[in-house]
Amino acid sequence: MTEVAPSYFLVLAALLFSIGVVGALTRRNAIVIFMFIELMLNAVNLVFVTFSRMWGNLDGQVLVFFVLVVAAAEAVVGLAIILLITRRRESANVDDAHLLRW
Amino acid sequence: MNLAQEFSQPEVQLGGIAPELLLVGVALIILVVDASFGRGDNRWYLAGLSALGLAGAAALAIMTWGDNELQLSNMIAADGLAAFSKVSLAAFGLLTVLLGRDYLARDKIEESEFYALVLFAVAGMMLMTAAADLIVMFLALETFSVSLYVLVAFRRASLASHESAMKYFLLGAFSSAFFLLGIALTYGAIGSTNLYGGADPVAEPGIANFITGTPTDDLSLLIVATGFLVIGLGFKIAAVPFHMWTPDAYQGAPSPITGFMAAGTKFAAFAALLRLFDASLFPLRSEWRPLLIVLAVATMIAGSVLAIVQEDLKRLLAYSSIAHAGFVLTGVIAANDRGVSGALFYLATYGVAVLGAFAVISLVAGRDEERVLLADHRGLFYEHPLLTTALTLFLLSLAGVPVTSGFVGKLVVFGAAVEAGYTWVVVVGVLTSAIAAFFYLKVMATMFLQERDPDAPALPVGRLASGVVAVAAVATIGFGLAWSPLINAAESATIFFQSPQEQSAPIPPGG
Repeated sequence: MTEVAPSYFLVLAALLFSIGVVGALTRRNAIVIFMFIELMLNAVNLVFVTFSRMWGNLDGQVLVFFVLVVAAAEAVVGLAIILLITRRRESANVDDAHLLRW
Repeated sequence: MNLAQEFSQPEVQLGGIAPELLLVGVALIILVVDASFGRGDNRWYLAGLSALGLAGAAALAIMTWGDNELQLSNMIAADGLAAFSKVSLAAFGLLTVLLGRDYLARDKIEESEFYALVLFAVAGMMLMTAAADLIVMFLALETFSVSLYVLVAFRRASLASHESAMKYFLLGAFSSAFFLLGIALTYGAIGSTNLYGGADPVAEPGIANFITGTPTDDLSLLIVATGFLVIGLGFKIAAVPFHMWTPDAYQGAPSPITGFMAAGTKFAAFAALLRLFDASLFPLRSEWRPLLIVLAVATMIAGSVLAIVQEDLKRLLAYSSIAHAGFVLTGVIAANDRGVSGALFYLATYGVAVLGAFAVISLVAGRDEERVLLADHRGLFYEHPLLTTALTLFLLSLAGVPVTSGFVGKLVVFGAAVEAGYTWVVVVGVLTSAIAAFFYLKVMATMFLQERDPDAPALPVGRLASGVVAVAAVATIGFGLAWSPLINAAESATIFFQSPQEQSAPIPPGG
C-alpha cells in the first residue's frame, strides 16, 4: 500500500480552514456561521493528526480530544444563546441584530 | 520486562494550580448549596461563599510567591508572573462579586449561576496566566470565554444583552479557531506545544529550547504560527483590527461583568502574551516586534478616535479599553524587564480603575440599565457628589493624569519602550493619550457643568456597591501616590521560569 504524503492532508486542512473563514464572514445566519466555525476547528484537528504522524508522537492526537471537548462545550453555550434570540425575534439572522451599533 | 521500571509515575504537584482548584470547588459548592437550600429572597451566603473562595485563592497564590519552577510535566509554570497575576485576578473577582450582589438584587435577577460562573471565569483566567503549554493556555482561554458568554447574556429581560452575547460568542469562537491553528502549526514546527521545554531539547522539546538550538532559517513555520497566535490573543485583548466585538459586548453585558471583562480578560490575555513573547519567543523578537508595533499603533489611534463620538458611556469606556490595550502593548514590545513589570502594573491599576468606573455606571444606570447615556449623567454632581467625584477620579486615572495610578502606569510602560529604542511608538502613545483626555473631560464637564434633568429618578445606592467604589477610589489614589510596593511586586514577577540554557545567558536589559 502506498503512503500518502502528509502535505496532501495539510493542503486539505488549509482548504477546509479557508472555506470556514470565508463562510463565517459571509453567511448571515448565526447557526450557519457557527457551523463554519466548527469546520475551522475540524480543519485544525486534521492538522494536529497529520503533524502527529509526521513527528511520530501521540501529542497531536491527544490534543484533538481536547479540541473536540471544547468545541462541544462551546456548542452548548453558543446554541443556547442563539436560541434565546431566535425565540424573541423568530430569526437567527445576524443582520436583524441591530440594537447595538457604533 | 519490569513493568514498575517501565512506568514511572509522574510527579503530581498541585501547588501551582491550587487557587484554580479552590475556585472551581467553591463554585460547585455554591451551585449545590443553592440547589439544596436556596430559598427566600436574601441569599447573601452565595456572595459570601464566593468572596471567601476568592480570598482563599488569593492567599494560596501569595503562598506560591517566590517559587520558580514548572509543574505537572512542564504544563504549569509556578513563577512570579503567575503569582502576581493570580492575586490581581482574585481582587478583580472579589470586586465583581460584591458589585454583582447589589446589581442582581436591584434588577431581581440574582441566581447562584452568576457567582459560580464568575468563579469559573476567574479560575480560567488564573490558569491562563500560569499556562506553560499552549494547549493549557487554550483550555484556560476557553474556560473563561465560555463562562463570559453566559455572563454577558445574564440580563434576562434585555434583548440587547442577548445580542451582545451572540456577537461576543461568534467572534470569540472564530478567534479561538485562529489561536488553535497557531497551536497546531507550532506543534508542526517543534513537535510539542510546550513553551519552555525540558532540560533535554530532543526528548522534551519546547518553543524556548527549540529556538536556541535551531538556525534561524528553519524557523519559518514557527513564525507563521506566531502570527496566528497573535490573532487569537489579539481578539482577547481587543487590539485593532480584532476589536469589533468589544463595544457591543461591553454595552450589552451587565455593568459589573463589563468591568470584569475589561479588567480580567485583558489581564489574563496580556499575561499569556507576555509569557509567550517576552519569555519563550524572546530570541525571535526581531520577527514579531513589527507585527505588534503595527497592532499597538493602530489600537491606540483607533480606540482613542472612535471613543470621541460615543454617546453611550459603556461604549465610550469600551473604546477607551481598546486604546488602553494599545498602551499596554508598548510594554510588551519593549520586551525588557521594565516593560514586563510596567505592563503588569498598568493592567492591575487599570483593572481597579475600570471596575470602579463601571461600578458607578451601574449605580447611575438604575433598574434594567436604562440610564447609561452621557446625557443621563448631566449634573450628576449636584445629586451625588461622592459618586461623581469617584467617577471623575477613575476617568482621570484612565486619562493618565498625575497623582492617579494611571499616570504611573503610563510612565512605566512608555519609559520601557523608550529604553528599548521605540521612541516614535511612545510619541504616538502620548499623542493619543491627549486625544483620549478630551473625551474623559467631556464626561466630567457633563457631570459638573450641566443642569440635572429634573425628571431623573432618585438612585438607590447599595452599601456593597458603594464600598466597591470606595475601595477602587482609594486604590487608584493610593497607587498613584505610593506606587513602589506594587511596582516592586510586579518587578518580582518578571523573573519568568527559565530553562537551564537560558539561565546561563541572562536576558540583556534593553533587549
